[in-house]
Amino acid sequence: MDVVFLSRLQFAVATIFHFFFVPLTLGLSVLTAIFETMYVKTGDEDYKRAAKFWGKLFLINFALGIVTGITLEFQFGTNWAQYSKYVGDVFGSLLAIEATVAFFLESTFIGVWIFTWDKISKKLHAICIWLVAIASNISALWILLANGWMQHPVGYVIRNGRAELASFWDVVTNSFGWMIFIHTLSGAYILAGIFVLGISAYHLLKKNEVTFFKKCFKVAAVWLIIFSLFEGINGHFHAQEVMKYQPTKGAALEAVWETGDHVPLYLFVIPDSKNEKNSVEIGKIPSLTSILAGHSPSTVVKGLKDFPRDERPPVGITMWSFRLMAGLGILFILLGIIAVLKKENIENYPGLLKIFLYAIPLPYIANELGWIVAEVGRQPWIVYGLMKTKDAVSHLVTSQVIISLLAFIIIYSLLGAVDFYLLVKYAKKGPESLK
Amino acid sequence: MLNIIWFVLWGVLWAVYFMLDGFDLGAGTLMPFLAKNDKEKRVIYNAMGPLWDGNEVWLITAGGATFAAFPTTYAVMFNGLYSALLLLLFALIVRGVSFEFRGKVESEGWKKIWDFCLFIGSFLPALLLGVAFANIFRGLPIDENGIFHGGFFTLLNPYGLLGGILFVLMFLVHGAIWIAIKSEGDLRNRALSVANKIWYLELIFAVIFLVVSAFATDLWENYGKYPLLWIIPLLAVAGLILIKIFLLKEKDWKAWFSSSLFIVMATFWGVAGLFPRMIPSTINPEYSLTIYNSSSSPLTLKVMFIVALIFVPIVIGYQIWVYNLFKGKITDKELSYEEAY
Ligand code: HDD
Ligand code: HEM
Ligand code: HEM
Repeated sequence: MDVVFLSRLQFAVATIFHFFFVPLTLGLSVLTAIFETMYVKTGDEDYKRAAKFWGKLFLINFALGIVTGITLEFQFGTNWAQYSKYVGDVFGSLLAIEATVAFFLESTFIGVWIFTWDKISKKLHAICIWLVAIASNISALWILLANGWMQHPVGYVIRNGRAELASFWDVVTNSFGWMIFIHTLSGAYILAGIFVLGISAYHLLKKNEVTFFKKCFKVAAVWLIIFSLFEGINGHFHAQEVMKYQPTKGAALEAVWETGDHVPLYLFVIPDSKNEKNSVEIGKIPSLTSILAGHSPSTVVKGLKDFPRDERPPVGITMWSFRLMAGLGILFILLGIIAVLKKENIENYPGLLKIFLYAIPLPYIANELGWIVAEVGRQPWIVYGLMKTKDAVSHLVTSQVIISLLAFIIIYSLLGAVDFYLLVKYAKKGPESLK
Repeated sequence: MLNIIWFVLWGVLWAVYFMLDGFDLGAGTLMPFLAKNDKEKRVIYNAMGPLWDGNEVWLITAGGATFAAFPTTYAVMFNGLYSALLLLLFALIVRGVSFEFRGKVESEGWKKIWDFCLFIGSFLPALLLGVAFANIFRGLPIDENGIFHGGFFTLLNPYGLLGGILFVLMFLVHGAIWIAIKSEGDLRNRALSVANKIWYLELIFAVIFLVVSAFATDLWENYGKYPLLWIIPLLAVAGLILIKIFLLKEKDWKAWFSSSLFIVMATFWGVAGLFPRMIPSTINPEYSLTIYNSSSSPLTLKVMFIVALIFVPIVIGYQIWVYNLFKGKITDKELSYEEAY
């Protein structure tokens, strides 16, 4: 186990853990803001209780989102010092902008929101949660533009032995980064939608606060169908961009070894990287990969054999994560359709309610799988085509990283368990009763 | 020129972070000793409640700005201080969650856990920040490639520890005054008396630190070269003395502002002494990282400067609004909010 491997593991643990909390923050902040706005508009106390109930779950989640983010901000320096030196000129500014533009707003107004339910006017109070929601979504934009730059670097020149900024405009308008932003955001909204549907379903099953949870269910049902449909569509265009800008990842997505047109899609594949072929291929759909890649069966898809061995990503992980994510995406569309169709009398369908309850973990899995596709599929590059991960690492001794990695695992597991326990506890407790 | 502006901004970001989060770290460290019962503990939690998170972002921004404007310094500093920095971050993690978690389960044992986390998560960062900055003032053993030749224990030299103690004392006084501002009656009196007592230690260690710095570092050299800089240590001394004067008059807010002045000027004192270096090298002065050899390209510095010029005033604007909103004492009503800590 060398420092590179350990650092990668540590970064993976830290980001994957951070991203257990991020999507719910992104989505539930907006949903809470919507509930509170409905309260301000209609005066219906149920919506105030909804804002408070979901807001409380939001806060429990938010606490871990914040503290796990702080370590990430410094990990580029601690573990990826060569990376930071080499690309900091372009990459660092995006992180700094994220903090100045978004984190301040988010962290300042969440405090105001918590403590001012009847200290400031209703409207101003609702504006506070909107500021939090907007700020967290803006933070996602900047960090994802940073990530987009690693996936598809633009707007730089190599000068003075490092990548220097040539055009800030190009970096900010990087289409790849915006694709990631749109796709990640709708993925996060799907997660929050299913979270609200699932918890509402739990209470509806128990016949607890039926009118209240039906109101929540209805809002979340409409929300889910919108974003799950949108996710499938933009995911498709995202995949096309990957094929265009990251051909090695593109080929790995469908485990394509030989370059050609009319490339089929197999429903079940087991890739064999050593022998540069798939050891199992079942369920052939002719030309589908070509059609997906370029909307025509004659589209040429580059195969992995066209690239040197040491520039190929781990094919199996990339491909299977991609499959599962996309498969779950289709499932979420189905869930959205069912939720919308049955929302008026959903309490009469205990079977469906159970499905929604048990669906809660699925969007978490889909979100993490998406990141695994994006990040593992990018390997061996840390910045695609520009810098390899093995050249990016800090000067550290193995024991330092082993200790910190263990500390991450222990502290994060403990806190994760506590946070999960509290979320379940307060989700089960339901909203405060009307006074 | 842009390099100098960014160096000043870099110093300002750290100074504001110490001034704002400093009182949280101090109050968190004092909490187990100052609060006699659960209600008083909650007063202290809620005195920081709406503010600590916004304060902590100054740290994130200071880190981010180092990355953006001086990427090589960012890389060398955080790579070199690896173990200390991760320890600091873990401490901040457990501090951050204790606010949200503590009140969520009705059990004595549960609350004790998070009270301890708040304490350790406040005390350790105060100490480590002091140790880290004193070591930077003194210089780190870095070679021509910015590689750090030392370990965690290299940092625990007498001068580093002295810096750590000074930081802890500064933050304790700062935090005790903040608790006094936000509380009433018995708790306020105790907080004031603690601030009054620790102030003497703060004074003693500040003097020792300044004197030892003359031998352990070359920070004072710049003060010989640019006599105008003397205004900084003079303001620091003024701040330190004013704390005591206002404490004796029981003018809590004025004492707090004096303490803020002291913290900010103490930070500036060190940063101005470093100029134009960011991390001096103890191996060979030639290897020191400076604002020129570790900075970003002029274009990045310019873009970031424009961003800072627009957004930092906005941030300061709304943070002042928020502080104004929460300037009052913690009342029973505030403690009765469902969302309160
Ligand atoms: C798609 C969105 C997204 C992604 C990919 C990341 N984050 Fe994040 N981050 C957020 C979205 C977010 C957020 C929604 O704004 C958070 C999550 C929960 C929260 O409280 O704010 C947050 C919190 C958060 C904080 C604390 C902010 C505060 O105190 O208010 C920091 C310092 C970071 N993040 C830094 C990072 C870094 C360095 C990342 C890259 C590896 C990263 N985040 C990935
Ligand atoms: C929060 C969502 C994210 C998740 C779940 C995630 C996941 C991962 C995973 C699994 C790895 C390890 C890949 C491997 O080594 O094979 C990794 C590596 C890495 N990712 Fe991410 N990532 C996320 C966001 C980001 C963002 C936003 C950035 C940059 C702005 C980023 C930068 C990196 C870096 C620097 C590495 C280490 C080098 C490497 O191994 O490639 N990640 N990430
Ligand atoms: C429905 C079909 C879907 C398709 C075709 C699709 C396509 C893609 C592709 C090609 C990538 C890799 C992009 C890259 O390497 O940079 C990706 C990443 C990702 N996916 Fe999906 N996706 C789908 C559904 C979903 C769903 C349902 C979720 C979550 C609920 C999700 C969450 C993510 C995330 C978080 C990433 C990583 C960030 C990014 O690169 O955008 N995806 N997706």
